[in-house]
Amino acid sequence: MSTMETVLEWVALGCLLGGALLSFAAGVGLVRFPDLLSRLHTAAKPQILGLILILIGIGLRLAPDPQVGILLLVALFQLLTVPVAAHIAGRVTYRTSRVRRDLLVIDELRDQLDEDKAGPEQR
Amino acid sequence: MSRPDGPQRPPLSFAVGRRVIQLPLVASLLVVWVLLYGELSPAVVASGLAVAVAIVWVFPLPAVDTGLRLRPYGLLVFAAHFAVDLVAASARVVRTAFAFGRTPRSSVIAVPLRTESDVLLTGTAITVSVIPGSVIVEVRYATSTLFVHALDVQDRDAADAARRDVLRVEERVTKAFGTRADIRRLEEKAALEHALDDGEVL
Repeated sequence: MSTMETVLEWVALGCLLGGALLSFAAGVGLVRFPDLLSRLHTAAKPQILGLILILIGIGLRLAPDPQVGILLLVALFQLLTVPVAAHIAGRVTYRTSRVRRDLLVIDELRDQLDEDKAGPEQR
Repeated sequence: MSRPDGPQRPPLSFAVGRRVIQLPLVASLLVVWVLLYGELSPAVVASGLAVAVAIVWVFPLPAVDTGLRLRPYGLLVFAAHFAVDLVAASARVVRTAFAFGRTPRSSVIAVPLRTESDVLLTGTAITVSVIPGSVIVEVRYATSTLFVHALDVQDRDAADAARRDVLRVEERVTKAFGTRADIRRLEEKAALEHALDDGEVL
């Protein structure tokens, strides 16, 4: 085994471990954060980065194999769809008043919605 | 739909009967097909082409392309910032997650964007969820305003900082994907806001 391959092995190992740790942290956040809107942050950030790191790790080990393309697709669609899913979940919680208002310091959306109710000139 | 501008038929497309086949769509479907198979052989490309055309034919989509450009330099800046910010944002969430004994309090802030393009609004909304400390809660289409939930933002100063982060993301998205007119509009409004900032806080 050449040095280059050894280095790549270690990099792949680091990526896999880092990804696993980030996914674990995302899980901790999911349990510890108090409301849905905060929990969405863990789904949208450490989880995506963790997945990407794991995919890079797998990709480095598969390297010459053209199947690597499928990993690229997984990462791409994850990046594009997770924010959309988070947005829908956030919007629904907000609109059905399941947001913990006591946890929000500033809430400019509620001000806006109150304004809309007072004078329905827009939308 | 309140902004019906742009041509009826998007560029790089042709009509087959009454259906419009959009070539960029066919090309992206073909790329996905080839990646799924993991090999670039004539058989795979031919079958992918057939499937892509069939999909576009059977499920026609309205044209969304009303001004998406790819600017190499802007894309590079965008991608570099994206990678760095993704790591930084993850680190922040992880830190908040492991700060035991402290319940994070957050804010929902309104960010009026400067763009008027659908594509850029969507791009900014998606990017914002992944990078700074925010998740989109609501999009007000008529005024191009994003309402974002900012984690662990406890006062006015932090809220203003989060707002500036989102505006910077918008700027990078515009410079990577916007048309010349989009970029000019952004710069004009940014200059205006600078002038206003000297006198009063937003």
